[in-house]
Formats: sequence, C-alpha cells, structure tokens
Amino acid sequence: MRRAASLIIGAIITALALWLLWVLQTALDMGAGPRLAEQAFAGLPTTGVSNPVTAVLLSYRGYDTLLELGVLLAALLGIWSLGVASPGFQPAGVVLSGMVRLVVPLLVLTGGYLLWVGGYAPGGAFQAGALLGAAGVVMRLAGDETAGLPGIRAQRWLIVAGVAVFVLVGLATLALGQGFLSYPQAWSKWLILAIETAATVAIGTTLAAAYVGGRPWSHAVVGGRD
Amino acid sequence: MEQLLYGGAGVILFALGLWAFLVYEPLLRKLIALNIMGSGVFHLLIAIAERGELPPDPVPHALVLTGIVVAVSATALALAMGRRLEDDSGGR
Repeated sequence: MRRAASLIIGAIITALALWLLWVLQTALDMGAGPRLAEQAFAGLPTTGVSNPVTAVLLSYRGYDTLLELGVLLAALLGIWSLGVASPGFQPAGVVLSGMVRLVVPLLVLTGGYLLWVGGYAPGGAFQAGALLGAAGVVMRLAGDETAGLPGIRAQRWLIVAGVAVFVLVGLATLALGQGFLSYPQAWSKWLILAIETAATVAIGTTLAAAYVGGRPWSHAVVGGRD
Repeated sequence: MEQLLYGGAGVILFALGLWAFLVYEPLLRKLIALNIMGSGVFHLLIAIAERGELPPDPVPHALVLTGIVVAVSATALALAMGRRLEDDSGGR
C-alpha cells in the first residue's frame, strides 16, 4: 500500500518535473522579457555603491532586507525559547584544534574582506555573516561550548545590532526629511557600509548561536528545561 | 544551453525534494527534503537571471542571497523544535 502510494506520487512528480522543464525551455527560448535589471543599473550612480546586488539589497529594497534581518532575529528567539543549549562536543585533538586556530582567523579576515568588497564586487553582509557563522560552527565542533560567542548579555546586543542600526539609520533619514531609508546621496555609501557592518555581525552571531541550538547557559537565567 | 542545464538541475532538485518530502515520514528527512527543494528554487532563480546577451539581473541574485540565510535560520529553528519534540515525547 505504502509502496504503491510512493510510486504514484513519484509518477505524478516526474510528470510535474517534465512539465516544468518544458516551461523552462520555452521561457529561455523566448529571451529576456521586461525586467527590473535596466532600472537597477540606471539608478546605480545615485546609490553610492557600484555592485548592483548590494544596491538592490540595501538601497532599492532596504525595507525587504530589514525584514529579513527581522526573520533571522525571530528564528533565533524561537530557538532560544525552546530551552537551553546542550553541552556540545568533546574538546578536539591536537590536529583539529590546531587547524581551528589557523582557520578561524582566516574566516574572520575573509569575512571582513567580503564585507568591504561588497560595495563594488560580489560580496556583502550576507556572505560575510555566513563566514562568521561558519567560524562559530567550526569552533563549536572543536569543543568550544559557546561557539566562540560572548556571554548572553553581549549576545543579545549583537543579535539585535543588525535590525537596530538599520532602523536607526531609517529613522535618521526620516528625521532629515528624506523618507524612511532613502539615504542622502553624499552619505549613501557610508550609511550602507554602517548597516552592512552591523548586519554582518548580527548574521554571524545569529547563525553561530542557532548552531549552538539553545539559549546559552547562564547563572542569571534559571528554569531551563533540560 | 548552460542555462537549461543549470535551471533544469534546479527543477530536478525541486522534484526530488518534493518526492522525498511527501514519501518519507521522519521529520529530519522532511526537513532535508525541504532544503533540497529550496536549493532547486535558488538554482532556477540564478539560472533565469541571465538571459540573452544582457548583463545578469541583480534582483534575483539579491533574492537568492537573502533567501539562503533565511532558509538556514528557518532550518535551525525547525531542528530545534524537532529536538524539543523528541525530548518531550521520548525522554520519559
């Protein structure tokens, strides 16, 4: 019965996949229709960055990126509300901990590079944050219970940093009479860099803390379930 | 042609993920299947961002970039929920 069901589902999904492939083929044959790329490239000189992806993320669709950082924050709050973190792994042997000592500074350095380069080439806050998160994952795998993160108080500040700086910049532009998150052209580059820096730190901390998988253990917080 | 290859790989990943999501019962497998489906969608978006001789469209690139990070964090939340569910139902 189950076998028959999975075969039927397989047949339906195969048909769906073939149909989607056909749609993709015809869509590609039709060539580029109207798209947003031309507008994105046309507005690029006014944004202060020359990488169109960064311009889309932080200038044209700033609201959207703000909300995405909000999603990250909400996910981590959800994880923290589910209980305290498990103790983690055994301390690593000599070779692994030696490698971690080499790799983690490199990851942080590469993250910083990607953050800066995002202004004019592929890179930016999300890539840099992912590298910082990866550094945390590697450290926890090597036996560091906290994944290299500071105490819970500092972590709280770090994970809200992205959303907080974003909203503060938005409110500042609002106070200047520009509208929420529409940067004055002369300041645009530096405001974007400030937001990206805060977002990098927040994304890296959030991903590493999500990998820890629970509220950090702390004397101040009693009543965890585990 | 490369676009069809890359986008087609995305479609196939999506279909494989959908199949595994529907057929297998364990939560972890469903979660992995959902992630594979997501990867398929990201593949497809990147593939159709560049069409013809024009420079690639940055908008889908930006969508994918944020989508990856959001997908990772949503997966982490789902895993934490799954572990808590297991702790509560199997631990006693």
